[in-house]
Amino acid sequence: MAINKVVASVTEAVQGIESGMTFMFGGFGLCGIPENAIAAVRASGIKELTCISNNAGVDGFGLGLLLETRQVKKMISSYVGENDEFERQMLSGELDVELIPQGTLAERCRAAGAGIPAFFTPAGYGTEVAIGKEVRWFNGKPHLLEHAFNADFAFVKAQKGDTAGNLIFNATARNFNHAMAMAGKITVAEVEELVPVGELDPNEIHTPGIFVQRIFKGAHFEKRIENRTVRK
Amino acid sequence: MALDKNGIAQRIAQELKHGYYVNLGIGIPTLVANYIPKGIDVEFQSENGMLGMGPFPIDGEESADLINAGKQTITAEPGATFFDSSTSFAMIRGQHVHLTVLGAMEVSDQGDIANWKIPGKMVKGMGGAMDLVASAQNIIVAMMHINRAGESKLLRQCTLPLTGVKCVSKVVTELAVMEITDNGFKLLERAPGVSVEQIQQATEGRLIIEGEIPEMKL
Repeated sequence: MAINKVVASVTEAVQGIESGMTFMFGGFGLCGIPENAIAAVRASGIKELTCISNNAGVDGFGLGLLLETRQVKKMISSYVGENDEFERQMLSGELDVELIPQGTLAERCRAAGAGIPAFFTPAGYGTEVAIGKEVRWFNGKPHLLEHAFNADFAFVKAQKGDTAGNLIFNATARNFNHAMAMAGKITVAEVEELVPVGELDPNEIHTPGIFVQRIFKGAHFEKRIENRTVRK
Repeated sequence: MALDKNGIAQRIAQELKHGYYVNLGIGIPTLVANYIPKGIDVEFQSENGMLGMGPFPIDGEESADLINAGKQTITAEPGATFFDSSTSFAMIRGQHVHLTVLGAMEVSDQGDIANWKIPGKMVKGMGGAMDLVASAQNIIVAMMHINRAGESKLLRQCTLPLTGVKCVSKVVTELAVMEITDNGFKLLERAPGVSVEQIQQATEGRLIIEGEIPEMKL
Protein backbone atom coordinates (compact mmCIF):
# COMPACT_ATOMS: atom_id res chain seq x y z
CA MET A 1 0.00 0.00 0.00
CA ALA A 2 1.26 3.42 -0.86
CA ILE A 3 2.08 5.61 2.10
CA ASN A 4 -0.50 8.32 2.66
CA LYS A 5 1.00 11.83 2.98
CA VAL A 6 -2.20 13.82 2.92
CA VAL A 7 -2.87 16.45 5.55
CA ALA A 8 -6.28 18.04 5.86
CA SER A 9 -5.29 21.69 5.72
CA VAL A 10 -2.44 24.10 5.29
CA THR A 11 -2.49 24.66 9.06
CA GLU A 12 -1.74 20.99 9.63
CA ALA A 13 0.81 21.07 6.80
CA VAL A 14 2.94 23.70 8.55
CA GLN A 15 2.84 22.03 11.99
CA GLY A 16 6.24 22.36 13.64
CA ILE A 17 7.39 25.61 12.05
CA GLU A 18 9.22 27.82 14.54
CA SER A 19 10.99 31.15 14.70
CA GLY A 20 14.62 30.99 13.66
CA MET A 21 14.16 28.12 11.21
CA THR A 22 15.42 27.88 7.63
CA PHE A 23 12.77 27.46 4.94
CA MET A 24 12.98 26.81 1.21
CA PHE A 25 10.28 28.20 -1.04
CA GLY A 26 9.92 26.91 -4.61
CA GLY A 27 9.11 29.16 -7.51
CA PHE A 28 10.75 31.43 -10.05
CA GLY A 29 9.48 34.97 -9.75
CA LEU A 30 5.81 34.41 -8.94
CA CYS A 31 5.63 31.29 -11.13
CA GLY A 32 5.06 28.08 -9.17
CA ILE A 33 5.24 29.59 -5.68
CA PRO A 34 3.59 27.86 -2.69
CA GLU A 35 1.02 30.57 -2.07
CA ASN A 36 -0.89 28.70 0.62
CA ALA A 37 2.18 27.87 2.69
CA ILE A 38 3.41 31.46 2.48
CA ALA A 39 0.05 32.66 3.79
CA ALA A 40 0.20 30.13 6.64
CA VAL A 41 3.74 31.11 7.62
CA ARG A 42 2.63 34.74 7.65
CA ALA A 43 -0.43 33.93 9.77
CA SER A 44 1.72 31.96 12.25
CA GLY A 45 3.64 35.12 13.14
CA ILE A 46 6.95 33.26 13.54
CA LYS A 47 10.02 35.43 13.03
CA GLU A 48 13.77 35.46 12.41
CA LEU A 49 13.43 33.18 9.41
CA THR A 50 16.12 32.35 6.89
CA CYS A 51 14.45 31.96 3.51
CA ILE A 52 16.03 30.23 0.54
CA SER A 53 14.20 31.17 -2.62
CA ASN A 54 15.38 32.19 -6.09
CA ASN A 55 13.49 35.49 -5.76
CA ALA A 56 11.89 37.47 -2.98
CA GLY A 57 8.43 38.01 -4.43
CA VAL A 58 7.00 41.43 -5.15
CA ASP A 59 5.52 44.07 -2.87
CA GLY A 60 2.41 42.51 -1.32
CA PHE A 61 2.64 39.09 -2.98
CA GLY A 62 4.73 35.95 -2.76
CA LEU A 63 7.54 36.24 -0.24
CA GLY A 64 6.88 39.99 -0.25
CA LEU A 65 4.13 39.07 2.24
CA LEU A 66 6.67 37.80 4.79
CA LEU A 67 8.97 40.79 4.27
CA GLU A 68 6.09 43.16 4.88
CA THR A 69 5.59 41.65 8.34
CA ARG A 70 9.37 41.58 9.07
CA GLN A 71 9.35 37.83 9.59
CA VAL A 72 12.48 37.31 7.51
CA LYS A 73 15.93 37.79 9.02
CA LYS A 74 17.92 36.53 6.08
CA MET A 75 17.19 35.95 2.42
CA ILE A 76 19.29 33.65 0.20
CA SER A 77 18.42 34.31 -3.45
CA SER A 78 19.88 34.84 -6.91
CA TYR A 79 17.77 37.79 -8.03
CA VAL A 80 15.70 40.18 -5.95
CA GLY A 81 15.05 43.05 -8.32
CA GLU A 82 11.28 43.33 -8.18
CA ASN A 83 10.58 44.32 -4.62
CA ASP A 84 10.84 47.86 -3.18
CA GLU A 85 10.27 46.81 0.43
CA PHE A 86 12.99 44.21 0.06
CA GLU A 87 15.42 46.80 -1.27
CA ARG A 88 14.56 49.20 1.51
CA GLN A 89 15.13 46.58 4.25
CA MET A 90 18.35 45.43 2.60
CA LEU A 91 19.83 48.91 2.20
CA SER A 92 18.86 49.88 5.77
CA GLY A 93 20.50 46.72 7.10
CA GLU A 94 17.30 45.28 8.63
CA LEU A 95 17.52 42.32 6.29
CA ASP A 96 20.55 40.14 5.74
CA VAL A 97 20.87 39.15 2.09
CA GLU A 98 23.08 36.56 0.47
CA LEU A 99 23.03 36.70 -3.32
CA ILE A 100 24.34 33.59 -5.04
CA PRO A 101 24.43 32.38 -8.65
CA GLN A 102 21.19 30.74 -9.72
CA GLY A 103 22.76 27.46 -10.84
CA THR A 104 24.68 27.26 -7.57
CA LEU A 105 21.42 27.87 -5.69
CA ALA A 106 19.71 25.04 -7.59
CA GLU A 107 22.65 22.66 -7.12
CA ARG A 108 22.94 23.44 -3.40
CA CYS A 109 19.30 22.34 -3.11
CA ARG A 110 19.78 19.23 -5.24
CA ALA A 111 22.98 18.30 -3.39
CA ALA A 112 21.17 18.59 -0.05
CA GLY A 113 18.56 16.11 -1.23
CA ALA A 114 21.08 13.82 -2.88
CA GLY A 115 23.40 13.41 0.10
CA ILE A 116 26.25 15.40 -1.47
CA PRO A 117 27.66 17.68 1.27
CA ALA A 118 29.56 19.97 -1.11
CA PHE A 119 30.59 20.29 -4.75
CA PHE A 120 32.81 22.36 -7.04
CA THR A 121 31.39 24.76 -9.61
CA PRO A 122 33.06 27.32 -11.88
CA ALA A 123 30.29 29.89 -11.27
CA GLY A 124 31.48 32.97 -9.42
CA TYR A 125 35.21 32.41 -9.68
CA GLY A 126 37.04 35.76 -9.69
CA THR A 127 33.97 37.61 -8.36
CA GLU A 128 32.87 38.65 -4.88
CA VAL A 129 30.93 35.37 -4.66
CA ALA A 130 34.32 33.62 -4.38
CA ILE A 131 35.43 35.49 -1.26
CA GLY A 132 36.38 33.04 1.48
CA LYS A 133 35.74 29.96 -0.65
CA GLU A 134 38.15 27.16 -1.44
CA VAL A 135 39.33 27.18 -5.07
CA ARG A 136 40.45 24.06 -6.89
CA TRP A 137 41.44 23.57 -10.49
CA PHE A 138 39.90 20.79 -12.57
CA ASN A 139 40.50 20.34 -16.30
CA GLY A 140 42.49 23.55 -16.35
CA LYS A 141 39.69 25.68 -14.91
CA PRO A 142 39.20 27.17 -11.43
CA HIS A 143 36.18 26.05 -9.39
CA LEU A 144 34.65 27.14 -6.08
CA LEU A 145 33.66 24.78 -3.28
CA GLU A 146 29.97 25.24 -2.51
CA HIS A 147 28.01 23.51 0.24
CA ALA A 148 24.63 21.83 0.26
CA PHE A 149 21.87 23.75 2.00
CA ASN A 150 20.26 22.63 5.20
CA ALA A 151 16.57 23.48 5.41
CA ASP A 152 14.09 22.62 8.15
CA PHE A 153 11.14 22.86 5.79
CA ALA A 154 10.79 23.04 2.01
CA PHE A 155 7.53 24.45 0.69
CA VAL A 156 6.78 23.53 -2.90
CA LYS A 157 3.88 23.81 -5.29
CA ALA A 158 2.81 21.39 -8.02
CA GLN A 159 -0.02 21.25 -10.51
CA LYS A 160 -1.06 17.76 -9.55
CA GLY A 161 -0.23 15.31 -6.81
CA ASP A 162 -1.49 12.05 -5.44
CA THR A 163 -2.06 10.94 -1.87
CA ALA A 164 1.40 9.28 -1.84
CA GLY A 165 3.04 12.66 -2.48
CA ASN A 166 3.99 12.05 -6.11
CA LEU A 167 4.10 15.35 -7.98
CA ILE A 168 3.57 16.60 -11.52
CA PHE A 169 4.35 20.19 -12.42
CA ASN A 170 3.05 22.36 -15.22
CA ALA A 171 5.40 24.03 -17.71
CA THR A 172 8.01 26.37 -16.18
CA ALA A 173 6.29 26.24 -12.78
CA ARG A 174 8.56 23.26 -12.03
CA ASN A 175 11.70 25.43 -11.63
CA PHE A 176 13.13 25.13 -8.07
CA ASN A 177 10.23 23.06 -6.74
CA HIS A 178 11.75 19.71 -7.63
CA ALA A 179 15.23 20.23 -6.14
CA MET A 180 13.78 21.91 -3.04
CA ALA A 181 11.35 19.03 -2.53
CA MET A 182 14.39 16.75 -2.47
CA ALA A 183 16.18 19.00 0.03
CA GLY A 184 13.71 19.74 2.82
CA LYS A 185 13.93 17.84 6.13
CA ILE A 186 10.17 18.17 5.95
CA THR A 187 8.81 18.89 2.48
CA VAL A 188 5.31 20.27 2.24
CA ALA A 189 3.71 20.12 -1.20
CA GLU A 190 0.62 22.08 -2.11
CA VAL A 191 -1.17 21.08 -5.28
CA GLU A 192 -3.96 22.45 -7.43
CA GLU A 193 -5.37 18.98 -7.93
CA LEU A 194 -5.05 16.08 -5.47
CA VAL A 195 -5.91 12.60 -6.75
CA PRO A 196 -5.97 9.10 -5.21
CA VAL A 197 -2.89 6.89 -5.71
CA GLY A 198 -3.03 4.97 -8.93
CA GLU A 199 -4.49 7.81 -10.93
CA LEU A 200 -1.17 9.29 -11.99
CA ASP A 201 0.81 7.43 -14.63
CA PRO A 202 4.08 6.42 -12.90
CA ASN A 203 5.88 7.30 -16.16
CA GLU A 204 4.73 10.89 -15.93
CA ILE A 205 5.69 11.70 -12.33
CA HIS A 206 8.31 14.45 -11.98
CA THR A 207 9.01 14.23 -8.24
CA PRO A 208 8.60 10.86 -6.50
CA GLY A 209 6.62 10.95 -3.27
CA ILE A 210 9.60 9.76 -1.22
CA PHE A 211 10.75 13.39 -1.17
CA VAL A 212 7.41 14.68 0.11
CA GLN A 213 6.32 14.33 3.73
CA ARG A 214 3.03 16.25 3.58
CA ILE A 215 0.69 17.04 0.73
CA PHE A 216 -2.53 19.03 0.57
CA LYS A 217 -4.82 20.61 -1.97
CA GLY A 218 -4.34 24.37 -1.84
CA ALA A 219 -7.55 26.20 -0.96
CA HIS A 220 -6.77 29.07 -3.29
CA PHE A 221 -4.22 29.90 -5.98
CA GLU A 222 -4.11 33.42 -7.33
CA LYS A 223 -1.27 32.60 -9.77
CA ARG A 224 -0.46 36.22 -10.40
CA ILE A 225 1.48 37.02 -13.58
CA GLU A 226 4.48 39.23 -12.86
CA ASN A 227 5.24 40.45 -16.37
CA ARG A 228 2.34 39.89 -18.74
CA THR A 229 3.75 40.19 -22.26
CA VAL A 230 1.77 39.47 -25.42
CA ARG A 231 2.47 39.59 -29.14
CA LYS A 232 2.02 43.00 -30.74
CA MET B 1 25.04 55.59 -38.54
CA ALA B 2 25.19 53.83 -35.21
CA LEU B 3 22.83 50.87 -34.86
CA ASP B 4 19.78 50.84 -32.65
CA LYS B 5 19.04 47.94 -30.30
CA ASN B 6 17.29 46.01 -33.05
CA GLY B 7 20.30 46.49 -35.31
CA ILE B 8 22.60 45.05 -32.65
CA ALA B 9 20.25 42.07 -32.25
CA GLN B 10 20.09 41.61 -36.03
CA ARG B 11 23.89 41.54 -36.29
CA ILE B 12 24.19 39.02 -33.41
CA ALA B 13 21.59 36.80 -35.08
CA GLN B 14 24.10 36.27 -37.89
CA GLU B 15 26.20 34.34 -35.36
CA LEU B 16 23.46 31.70 -34.97
CA LYS B 17 24.24 28.40 -36.63
CA HIS B 18 22.05 25.46 -37.55
CA GLY B 19 21.58 23.12 -34.60
CA TYR B 20 22.54 25.64 -31.93
CA TYR B 21 20.95 25.67 -28.49
CA VAL B 22 21.03 29.31 -27.43
CA ASN B 23 20.49 31.15 -24.16
CA LEU B 24 19.41 34.77 -24.58
CA GLY B 25 19.66 37.19 -21.67
CA ILE B 26 17.25 39.98 -20.79
CA GLY B 27 17.16 43.21 -22.86
CA ILE B 28 18.80 43.48 -26.30
CA PRO B 29 19.65 39.73 -26.34
CA THR B 30 15.93 38.84 -26.24
CA LEU B 31 15.49 40.67 -29.57
CA VAL B 32 17.93 38.28 -31.29
CA ALA B 33 15.08 35.74 -31.53
CA ASN B 34 13.33 38.07 -34.00
CA TYR B 35 16.12 37.73 -36.58
CA ILE B 36 16.90 34.00 -36.89
CA PRO B 37 18.46 33.54 -40.34
CA LYS B 38 16.23 31.71 -42.81
CA GLY B 39 16.83 28.02 -43.29
CA ILE B 40 18.44 27.24 -39.94
CA ASP B 41 16.96 25.59 -36.85
CA VAL B 42 17.93 26.78 -33.38
CA GLU B 43 16.31 26.23 -29.97
CA PHE B 44 16.21 28.80 -27.22
CA GLN B 45 16.93 27.75 -23.67
CA SER B 46 15.45 29.69 -20.79
CA GLU B 47 17.30 28.99 -17.55
CA ASN B 48 14.13 28.91 -15.46
CA GLY B 49 13.50 25.55 -17.07
CA MET B 50 12.65 25.24 -20.73
CA LEU B 51 14.05 24.47 -24.16
CA GLY B 52 12.19 25.40 -27.31
CA MET B 53 10.94 28.77 -26.16
CA GLY B 54 8.60 30.43 -28.65
CA PRO B 55 7.34 33.99 -29.13
CA PHE B 56 5.14 35.95 -26.72
CA PRO B 57 1.57 34.58 -26.56
CA ILE B 58 -1.43 36.05 -28.32
CA ASP B 59 -3.45 38.29 -25.99
CA GLY B 60 -5.66 36.05 -23.84
CA GLU B 61 -3.53 32.93 -24.21
CA GLU B 62 -0.91 33.80 -21.62
CA SER B 63 -0.30 31.42 -18.71
CA ALA B 64 1.10 32.16 -15.26
CA ASP B 65 2.91 28.81 -15.46
CA LEU B 66 4.78 29.57 -18.69
CA ILE B 67 7.36 32.33 -18.41
CA ASN B 68 10.92 33.10 -19.48
CA ALA B 69 13.83 34.06 -17.25
CA GLY B 70 12.71 37.70 -17.46
CA LYS B 71 9.36 36.55 -16.01
CA GLN B 72 7.59 37.47 -19.25
CA THR B 73 4.77 35.24 -20.47
CA ILE B 74 5.89 33.18 -23.46
CA THR B 75 4.90 30.17 -25.57
CA ALA B 76 6.41 26.76 -26.25
CA GLU B 77 7.44 25.64 -29.75
CA PRO B 78 6.63 22.10 -30.93
CA GLY B 79 9.29 19.83 -29.42
CA ALA B 80 9.77 22.06 -26.37
CA THR B 81 10.67 20.53 -23.04
CA PHE B 82 10.33 21.67 -19.44
CA PHE B 83 12.70 20.70 -16.66
CA ASP B 84 13.73 21.71 -13.17
CA SER B 85 16.31 24.38 -12.33
CA SER B 86 19.12 21.99 -11.44
CA THR B 87 18.73 20.20 -14.79
CA SER B 88 18.63 23.57 -16.53
CA PHE B 89 21.97 24.57 -15.04
CA ALA B 90 23.39 21.13 -15.78
CA MET B 91 22.78 22.03 -19.44
CA ILE B 92 24.57 25.33 -18.93
CA ARG B 93 27.44 24.13 -16.72
CA GLY B 94 27.82 20.98 -18.78
CA GLN B 95 28.33 23.12 -21.92
CA HIS B 96 25.37 21.68 -23.79
CA VAL B 97 24.27 25.22 -24.71
CA HIS B 98 26.23 26.45 -27.73
CA LEU B 99 25.81 30.19 -27.52
CA THR B 100 25.01 32.64 -24.76
CA VAL B 101 24.07 36.23 -25.51
CA LEU B 102 23.88 38.66 -22.63
CA GLY B 103 23.97 42.34 -21.82
CA ALA B 104 26.69 44.08 -19.84
CA MET B 105 27.43 47.30 -18.01
CA GLU B 106 31.17 46.92 -18.62
CA VAL B 107 33.48 44.58 -20.53
CA SER B 108 37.27 44.59 -20.22
CA ASP B 109 39.69 44.01 -23.07
CA GLN B 110 40.61 40.63 -21.50
CA GLY B 111 37.00 39.49 -21.64
CA ASP B 112 35.94 40.19 -18.06
CA ILE B 113 32.30 41.17 -17.71
CA ALA B 114 30.38 43.21 -15.12
CA ASN B 115 26.60 43.20 -15.36
CA TRP B 116 24.99 42.50 -12.01
CA LYS B 117 25.68 45.14 -9.41
CA ILE B 118 26.34 48.84 -8.97
CA PRO B 119 27.48 49.18 -5.35
CA GLY B 120 25.18 51.41 -3.34
CA LYS B 121 22.78 51.82 -6.27
CA MET B 122 21.56 48.73 -7.99
CA VAL B 123 21.54 45.51 -6.03
CA LYS B 124 19.30 43.06 -7.78
CA GLY B 125 21.46 39.97 -7.97
CA MET B 126 23.26 37.97 -10.61
CA GLY B 127 20.47 35.53 -11.43
CA GLY B 128 21.94 32.93 -13.77
CA ALA B 129 24.55 35.22 -15.32
CA MET B 130 27.53 33.98 -13.27
CA ASP B 131 26.78 30.34 -14.07
CA LEU B 132 26.38 31.19 -17.76
CA VAL B 133 29.58 33.18 -18.15
CA ALA B 134 31.65 30.73 -16.09
CA SER B 135 30.74 27.76 -18.24
CA ALA B 136 29.66 28.81 -21.72
CA GLN B 137 32.32 28.49 -24.41
CA ASN B 138 30.81 31.07 -26.74
CA ILE B 139 29.63 34.26 -25.08
CA ILE B 140 28.54 37.28 -27.07
CA VAL B 141 27.87 40.50 -25.25
CA ALA B 142 25.21 42.83 -26.65
CA MET B 143 25.68 46.32 -25.26
CA MET B 144 25.93 50.03 -25.96
CA HIS B 145 29.49 51.20 -26.51
CA ILE B 146 29.17 54.23 -24.25
CA ASN B 147 27.03 54.90 -21.19
CA ARG B 148 24.58 57.77 -20.65
CA ALA B 149 27.36 59.91 -19.20
CA GLY B 150 29.28 59.51 -22.45
CA GLU B 151 31.92 57.18 -20.95
CA SER B 152 33.22 54.07 -22.64
CA LYS B 153 31.86 50.73 -21.38
CA LEU B 154 34.67 48.85 -23.15
CA LEU B 155 37.48 49.22 -20.68
CA ARG B 156 41.05 48.24 -19.90
CA GLN B 157 39.75 46.98 -16.52
CA CYS B 158 36.17 46.74 -15.27
CA THR B 159 35.39 49.12 -12.40
CA LEU B 160 32.14 47.43 -11.29
CA PRO B 161 31.92 44.10 -9.42
CA LEU B 162 32.65 41.30 -11.89
CA THR B 163 30.22 38.68 -13.10
CA GLY B 164 32.99 36.57 -14.63
CA VAL B 165 36.63 36.73 -15.69
CA LYS B 166 38.16 36.17 -19.15
CA CYS B 167 34.97 34.71 -20.53
CA VAL B 168 33.57 36.96 -23.27
CA SER B 169 34.29 35.93 -26.88
CA LYS B 170 32.70 38.77 -28.84
CA VAL B 171 31.13 42.16 -28.21
CA VAL B 172 28.54 43.70 -30.51
CA THR B 173 27.66 47.36 -29.91
CA GLU B 174 25.87 50.10 -31.82
CA LEU B 175 29.26 50.96 -33.36
CA ALA B 176 31.19 47.76 -33.91
CA VAL B 177 31.76 44.02 -33.73
CA MET B 178 34.86 43.08 -31.74
CA GLU B 179 36.51 39.84 -30.78
CA ILE B 180 38.34 39.47 -27.46
CA THR B 181 41.97 38.45 -27.98
CA ASP B 182 44.94 38.22 -25.64
CA ASN B 183 45.91 41.74 -26.69
CA GLY B 184 42.54 43.43 -26.44
CA PHE B 185 39.41 44.12 -28.50
CA LYS B 186 40.09 43.16 -32.09
CA LEU B 187 37.92 45.27 -34.36
CA LEU B 188 36.13 43.03 -36.87
CA GLU B 189 33.36 45.20 -38.32
CA ARG B 190 32.08 48.77 -38.22
CA ALA B 191 28.40 49.74 -38.08
CA PRO B 192 27.27 51.24 -41.39
CA GLY B 193 28.70 54.75 -41.78
CA VAL B 194 30.70 54.60 -38.52
CA SER B 195 34.42 55.36 -38.82
CA VAL B 196 37.28 53.51 -37.18
CA GLU B 197 38.18 56.81 -35.45
CA GLN B 198 34.71 57.00 -33.86
CA ILE B 199 35.10 53.47 -32.55
CA GLN B 200 38.62 54.17 -31.30
CA GLN B 201 37.37 57.29 -29.50
CA ALA B 202 34.53 55.38 -27.81
CA THR B 203 36.79 52.53 -26.64
CA GLU B 204 38.84 52.98 -23.48
CA GLY B 205 40.33 49.48 -23.58
CA ARG B 206 43.00 48.38 -26.05
CA LEU B 207 41.58 48.29 -29.58
CA ILE B 208 43.37 46.31 -32.25
CA ILE B 209 42.89 47.63 -35.76
CA GLU B 210 44.37 45.52 -38.50
CA GLY B 211 43.94 46.45 -42.16
CA GLU B 212 40.67 47.57 -43.70
CA ILE B 213 37.73 47.15 -41.33
CA PRO B 214 34.63 46.15 -43.27
CA GLU B 215 31.14 47.50 -42.64
CA MET B 216 28.56 45.17 -41.14
CA LYS B 217 26.10 43.72 -43.61
CA LEU B 218 22.60 43.73 -42.17
